[in-house]
Amino acid sequence: MPEKCEYGLLIDYEYCTGCYACQVACAQEYKWPAGMGGIRVIEVEQKLPNDRAYLTYLPFPTELCILCAPRTRQGLEPACVKHCMASCMKYGKIEDLARELSKKPRMVLWVPRS
Amino acid sequence: MARGKNRQIVRTTTWSAGPGCHGGCGVLAHIEDGKLVKIEGDPEHPWNQGRLCSRCLAMTQYINHPDRLTRPLKRVGERGEGKWQEISWDEAFDLIEQRLGRIREEYGPESVIFSMGTGRDIGAWICMLAYAYGSPNVMFALSGIACYSPRISAVETVQGDYCILDAAQWFPKRYEDPRYKVPECIVVWGYNIPASCPDNVFGHWIIDLMKKGTKIIAIDPRLSWFASRAEKWLRLRPGTDGALAMAFLNVIINENLYDKEFVEKWTNAPHLIRADTGKLLRESDLVQGGSPSNFVVWDTASKSPVVWDSEQVDYKSADLKPAIAGEYEVTLTDGTRAPVKTAWSVFVEQVNQYPVERVSEITLVPQKDIVEAARLYARSKPAAIHWGVPIDMTPAITPTVQAITNLWCLTGNLDVPGGNVISRYAFDAVAYALPGAKGVIKLKSKEDDAKRIGANQYGPLRKFIWRAQTDLTLEQIFTEDPYPIKGMWLQACNPVAGIGLEPKKWVEALKKLDFVVAVDLFMNPTTQLADVVLPATTFLEKDSVRSWWVPLQSINKAITVGECKPDIEINFELARRFDPDFRWNNIHELFDEIIKPSGLTFKELQQKGWAFPPEGHPSHPYNRYQKGLLRPDGKPGFQTPSGKVELYSSLREEWELEPVAHYEEPPFTPVSQPEMLKEYPLILSTGRRSPVYFHAEHRNIPWLREIDPDPIMEVHPATAGRHNIANGDWVWVENWLGRCKFRAKITLVVPEWMVMTAHGWWFPEEAGEEPSLFGVWKSNINQLIPMGFQGKDGLGSPMKHLLCKIYKVDE
Repeated sequence: MPEKCEYGLLIDYEYCTGCYACQVACAQEYKWPAGMGGIRVIEVEQKLPNDRAYLTYLPFPTELCILCAPRTRQGLEPACVKHCMASCMKYGKIEDLARELSKKPRMVLWVPRS
Repeated sequence: MARGKNRQIVRTTTWSAGPGCHGGCGVLAHIEDGKLVKIEGDPEHPWNQGRLCSRCLAMTQYINHPDRLTRPLKRVGERGEGKWQEISWDEAFDLIEQRLGRIREEYGPESVIFSMGTGRDIGAWICMLAYAYGSPNVMFALSGIACYSPRISAVETVQGDYCILDAAQWFPKRYEDPRYKVPECIVVWGYNIPASCPDNVFGHWIIDLMKKGTKIIAIDPRLSWFASRAEKWLRLRPGTDGALAMAFLNVIINENLYDKEFVEKWTNAPHLIRADTGKLLRESDLVQGGSPSNFVVWDTASKSPVVWDSEQVDYKSADLKPAIAGEYEVTLTDGTRAPVKTAWSVFVEQVNQYPVERVSEITLVPQKDIVEAARLYARSKPAAIHWGVPIDMTPAITPTVQAITNLWCLTGNLDVPGGNVISRYAFDAVAYALPGAKGVIKLKSKEDDAKRIGANQYGPLRKFIWRAQTDLTLEQIFTEDPYPIKGMWLQACNPVAGIGLEPKKWVEALKKLDFVVAVDLFMNPTTQLADVVLPATTFLEKDSVRSWWVPLQSINKAITVGECKPDIEINFELARRFDPDFRWNNIHELFDEIIKPSGLTFKELQQKGWAFPPEGHPSHPYNRYQKGLLRPDGKPGFQTPSGKVELYSSLREEWELEPVAHYEEPPFTPVSQPEMLKEYPLILSTGRRSPVYFHAEHRNIPWLREIDPDPIMEVHPATAGRHNIANGDWVWVENWLGRCKFRAKITLVVPEWMVMTAHGWWFPEEAGEEPSLFGVWKSNINQLIPMGFQGKDGLGSPMKHLLCKIYKVDE
């Protein structure tokens, strides 16, 4: 029987600047050795017409992400969400976050392994 | 939140070693059994509102790092040999007192240089020690002092006080405060968001504002994050910012997009310039016994000259109509007639030398983009300009800044909500005296200052910047002219790997000195060349104050590590030994005096955490020049010689420099060096920021190094293709000064004609002793940047626009 998924991470990648606070916040929270961690920032550079390009940074929850269960149980935000410098990450119930997806473009909803 | 039985949470403020930046972020340090186990952003702090950057989040790896220096070290081998002996603090203080004491006796106190890097709060304590010792030679070790101080000094030259982007940082409730307005447009000028926080602006505030509707004009040769999201992106050739600013002025003035009332009332536009001498007409030119500090305007009503009394900040006669433009004639004291014109006419003539067609050729920015961006900026009410360090890093920094400052003044964006707001130290409490400020830490007498290197040559160093001029100082170590330099105190300063241009010269200079002390947290290429190395602390291991703009904050000690001592305590002990009149008994007494204008004691500030100046205080916005809050005499106006915004700078005239904003081609560009271009066909720009490093720091922190493991050179795909370079290849970057290697990152971020390299690279994992010096000669790009090309006023340096060639490293 498939697992029931309840919570997720909403990323507004229009505003992610690639500061890596999420990645190090996770490393600190779980004392991951360098090379491991629950969230990775992906960089995408898309060439556009007229010599332009669009830079996208995208925090991606890895196989090690547990959606910060020990924190959320205490009513705290996940470490990555709390420290995000651009305030472009949100934790919540999938159905609530899914509704937010319709409010603006350049968003993605992750439902990690958890 | 508290978990373990001994867990304690200490609320404090970031600044200095640790994250390294100019921060000001509120943090909660989780301490267990005297050790830092976690650090988080303080959600109640108005500055960062709970957020925190990667460098600060890695603090546990920094504080508890196995390579932390924890005891004082004394050199036992040759300089650079890497042989050290641990000594006690008492031995270290005695040794330093004896050696520096002997130099002072034999050569005078000025023969010791007190050198800082991005000193943060430590800058104040370096000054405290230097001044107690009696040396005026406090030096920021970057060529041309080219970081921030030049911008401050140049803005003060125009308008008497410095200015920064208004992101509502003056209000506890920030953007929600009803007095605040969100800027319609922000010009992000040479500034890359994820990595930096210049001007004590938390970079991501601009992201907050973008979400509230602010449009971005990005001015950057790189396709920065901002550029890729900008309404207008102007990809200018590095170093041509001054020309672009002049073109903006050209569009704004010729299309009548400027605030005429402001120009007439608050600038020196109507002040007359003599056509015969090219200088400001002064009252002393017209009247026997008239003041040379007073200026003159032409009254169109009486058709006669009227004196502007600079001290009264008013005209000497009422009901006049000063001419803004035009040419007139006045009678001088000797009876001769002299033709005169207004400063506005001279200013506009200068601006008209920069039509958009010409500036497009200089900057490589299409004409249409220049015009549209200038209009967007001028028509957005309010609009703000936020700039980065490339503005300082060019020899003609001051005329460039004059032009940019004129932009915000002429468009009605000075000290208005959402514009460029005058930035003062909260409560006017000054710990570290940036240009123009004077705090409680100062030299005992003017005579002590007489031997400060460069102060005689350079006006801004006499008027605003209390530092030795770096290029002249390095030179003087070799020439010993006009006096020998015998010792150096290096604190928060790593010229061999970070802040020094031509770093091999710095090595040679350090070796020439009789005695060198370095204060740092880890061994690095510079500490290797010292005689004594003292272990300093991070911000979590000390008490201090942060009084840089707003709010006023305390830094509160949370832990101790080994025998490390806070910089202030090290310097305090030595200052007491060197100065029999040193008047503070302990550091809290000093803090109390520094923050006295706030009405708080340090203990009270620690309890509050932070404090905002109230409405009506000179360090609280807005429109202070109208309310008489800027000048010490309480009169409306500015703290400039004329009391007005000086479009035509009387200070620059006094220093025999061009008084009006203009553009100068930098020394090593394809335009100024067409011959060199044949050998070195690419523009080399340096200082690519990484979000996980602060300058030369943090390469030894595993969580951070993992993210940015190698020194990077950004190169355009077409350029890489021509050089047969693949992504990730090691590449030599070479020019007439040397070569070093970088890992190619093939990216559209840079244009075809330019490569961009990171700075501050050394390899803490490699051998520390010479010749390796932690591998610093491999990738330290400063080997390719010359010292000695500071601007005419001693400021600025060509760090962002040199020439180079690139080729693959043969394995």
